[in-house]
Amino acid sequence: MTQSVDHVALLPAYLAAGTAVLVLLTDLLLARRSAVLLVTATGAVATTVGAAAAARSGPRQTFCVQDACSYLANGRAALVAALFALLTLGVLALSGPLLRTTQIPTGEFCFLLACSMTGGVVLGAAGDLITLIVALEALTLPLFALVGLRRSVASAEAALTFFVVSVVATAVTLLGAALLYAVTGAVHLRSLEAVFADGAGLLKVPLTAVAVALVVLGLAFKVAAVPFHVWAPTTYDGAPMPVAAYLSTASKLGGVVALLAVTEFSLPASVTGPVLAVLAVLTMTVGNLVALRQRRMVRLLAWSSVAQAGYIIAPLGAFMWGASRELPAVRTVVAAVLAYTVFYVVMEFAAFAAVVALRPPNADGGSIAAYRGAARRHPWIGAAFVLALVGLAGLPPGLAGLFAKVVVVRALLAGGAGWLAVVVALNAVIGLAYYLRIVAKLYAPMPAPDRAAEPVAAMTSPAHRQARVGWTVAAALAAATVVAIVIGFAPQLILDLVAV
Amino acid sequence: MSVGQVLLIALLAVPAVGAVLVAALPKRRDRVARAVGVGFTAVAFLLSLLLYAPANIGWFAYSGTGRPAIMPWHEVNLPWAPGLDLHFHLGVDGISYPLVLLTTLLTLLCCAYTLWRVPDGGPGRLLVALLLVIEVGILGTFLALDLVLFFVFFEVVLLPMYAVIAVWGGAQRRRAARKFVLYTLLGSVLLLVGVFTVVAAAGTSDLVALVRAPDAAVFALDGGIPRSTQVAAFILLALAFAVKSPLWPLHTWLPDAHTQAPTVGSVILAGVLLKMGTYGLIRVAVGVAPEGARFAAPVLGLLAVAAIIVGSLVCLAQTELKRLIAYSSVSHMGFVLLGIATLTATGIQAALIGNIAHGIITGLLFFLAGAIKDRTRTGLLAQLGGLRESMPRLAGLLGFAAIASLGLPGLAGFWGEAFAVVAAFQVGSPFWIALGVLAAIGGALTAAYFLRLLRRVTHGSPSPAVARAVPGLAGAEVATWSPLVLLTLVIGLVPVLVLGVTDDPVRSLLEAVP
Repeated sequence: MTQSVDHVALLPAYLAAGTAVLVLLTDLLLARRSAVLLVTATGAVATTVGAAAAARSGPRQTFCVQDACSYLANGRAALVAALFALLTLGVLALSGPLLRTTQIPTGEFCFLLACSMTGGVVLGAAGDLITLIVALEALTLPLFALVGLRRSVASAEAALTFFVVSVVATAVTLLGAALLYAVTGAVHLRSLEAVFADGAGLLKVPLTAVAVALVVLGLAFKVAAVPFHVWAPTTYDGAPMPVAAYLSTASKLGGVVALLAVTEFSLPASVTGPVLAVLAVLTMTVGNLVALRQRRMVRLLAWSSVAQAGYIIAPLGAFMWGASRELPAVRTVVAAVLAYTVFYVVMEFAAFAAVVALRPPNADGGSIAAYRGAARRHPWIGAAFVLALVGLAGLPPGLAGLFAKVVVVRALLAGGAGWLAVVVALNAVIGLAYYLRIVAKLYAPMPAPDRAAEPVAAMTSPAHRQARVGWTVAAALAAATVVAIVIGFAPQLILDLVAV
Repeated sequence: MSVGQVLLIALLAVPAVGAVLVAALPKRRDRVARAVGVGFTAVAFLLSLLLYAPANIGWFAYSGTGRPAIMPWHEVNLPWAPGLDLHFHLGVDGISYPLVLLTTLLTLLCCAYTLWRVPDGGPGRLLVALLLVIEVGILGTFLALDLVLFFVFFEVVLLPMYAVIAVWGGAQRRRAARKFVLYTLLGSVLLLVGVFTVVAAAGTSDLVALVRAPDAAVFALDGGIPRSTQVAAFILLALAFAVKSPLWPLHTWLPDAHTQAPTVGSVILAGVLLKMGTYGLIRVAVGVAPEGARFAAPVLGLLAVAAIIVGSLVCLAQTELKRLIAYSSVSHMGFVLLGIATLTATGIQAALIGNIAHGIITGLLFFLAGAIKDRTRTGLLAQLGGLRESMPRLAGLLGFAAIASLGLPGLAGFWGEAFAVVAAFQVGSPFWIALGVLAAIGGALTAAYFLRLLRRVTHGSPSPAVARAVPGLAGAEVATWSPLVLLTLVIGLVPVLVLGVTDDPVRSLLEAVP
């Protein structure tokens, strides 16, 4: 059987994969840092443009069997691809000063990043469970190496934790997919939808419920949902900070996209709904409560991103209620998940960019106490950081975050999940407590030198004070902040994007 | 675009632009920046004066069922984010106009006061910029005719007020500020859930469309909001506004916030911020969920009376000046909430004038308490005394404000409290009569604690702290306080100034309540 392949649909994936290959070759042949960086950045931009171009030519699909396709290049796939490419570009910008210290090999770093981007680009278009899992692994595998690149004990520990947990998660998802195939005989998302729509009897088979739950739970690892979250704080804190930024934005985006792909139409909502509702409640509550007690910056951001994952999957939990399974309500829910994810990714990236800007090139996130008065020394970075944190807390002036919260609560209430909306709302209050703690620390006056705590003294001593922030980091932070402000005043831009 | 529409947008744009400009001016131009800020607040005040246009509609326009209960004098409706049911829909009518005016006036006075004295803690221009942002949020809340927009503006106020308390506040400022922001955020997230409960049920976020007298034909057509949803929505909204107002037992953030906030912060907080809660209760909660309001009114009334009694009793035992005034706010807002809970025209009118009176009088009281604390460096009643001897004019003003606050007929405080009680009696059932009696007893307690305050602070021989203080009033103080003194008198003598504009909209609002 011959197949015609739609190369236009595959354009973003070609560009992303081509970037990875080209980076490898450039590093091999030219072995110049600047050339490698330039190639990676150009590749990321090209992938973004390619995704936009592919989207303009309308929805396409390829690698089709009789009634279903493995590769669906629709508007959402383009949005996801563009987001991955832009995040890759942003993380590359954040890594500028780090790579200049030559502690991390530039070629390997860029190659792994480009590989991960390729996984993300394909993930958005995945039309069957196998493509989905392979793409997700292509996204995740390079990250093990990226996390461990720094060759310190913390880094190795982080990489190992991440590796072990992730492999287990993948195994769980694969097992679920295999069982699902055993029950239904289908791997394509669309075929699964048809199978479940026809055979209501299937749901009475206990194995079906187990299979569906395993797939969902395995994917829940990727978004770091409680109780599958324990890897996140250790991994984020041990990884180089740009990589932590990538983990908490792009990697989480990948998990969300995968969860959306399987829950939107394919898997029976009567199983996924309750599972995800429970996960969402646990995730946001535990994430927020534990974040309250964190003393290290990156760990706090990690726990807060766990909590944010709870808000992201909460609308999917609304599938528990029958009212939300009709088509318009599903649209609302899916749009809400995507919109929240986009708002979240922008603000989380800005927050990490600000942390990178405030710290020396090769440092980790440090303790929160070390940020005392940082916004007084760097008013612009401080202001951007505060805007990002307040946005994550969901309050004005972080209007982007406010509207993100509004989107989720609106979708939940439209789906009839009133109590879940109340849980989200109450969690927002807990969240503000620790975001404000950082904000207050940033603007706190410096203590008198004699009473200064040790880490504070270390931070402010001339040797540790940064002369100036790398221009790439500043540019990335500025860009993320501008985007956050723009989508804060014009949230409809994002809502239009995710509605496609 | 009509003049009124331009005015509405300018009323929000002027303070917003002012805030950015004032914050952007360099450090060494601090005084200039503050003066610029005062200029912007003055312009905003003038704009709010120009908004007055009740002649547009005769009261008969309100009559008839099925008509919208909100007939704005001016209205502007622009799309913002239709995907979120968010429209930039502003309007002003008789219910909101007095509060808009109070907001612009108090912000102007506070900024002018800052020109003269900046509290310790941070640069004055940032304080002025934050006051301007708070003004935008409060005005937006009062002007919004879209539920989601109302929520957005409701939230705008939170963090700037947090910063005002946390940066320029007293010794315990951090804790107080955190408590304030977490408590009030709790209120506003419940508001968010309540708002979208209504929007999901009704399919629109337009307040003008949502608030309307029941009309068989219209309701048969669009179904209205089912009773159970109305009850749920009202409970959520009422909780949200009860935190803000604050209603006992959700009031515990208020005394700390007031005690620690700088003078101007306290004035804004007591003067207009609390009114967002009571205004929201009238316009949004009662407006969009009248059946829910009817259902929950007895509970609301009971809690309001509890607030009156508890607030008064706590005041009787208070030892700190600002804390006492803060608790007196709890008691006064109890009267306002009692008025609303009666769901009668008299009651809601009483609530609206009580709002204004409390804003003016308590604003004045906090200015005076701030002045006393600045001069004597203490707020403890035990260390104050004999103010009449060393600072006769300050003592006189304090006496005037305290007597106005306890509701002496002829001053502004009288109308709201007296008629809240009258409204409770008008409802007629034994339950409401009992509430009325208890509220009246609370009123008597109010007199008791204010007289105790006066006895402790103004009478007797000067305490060491008072004797040390510099007597006399600065020109800036006289200038900022005299409008408040004047308004207390004028509204006390001619309450129709407020009641005249609120009369028609209140009556048409109540046509919707079963």
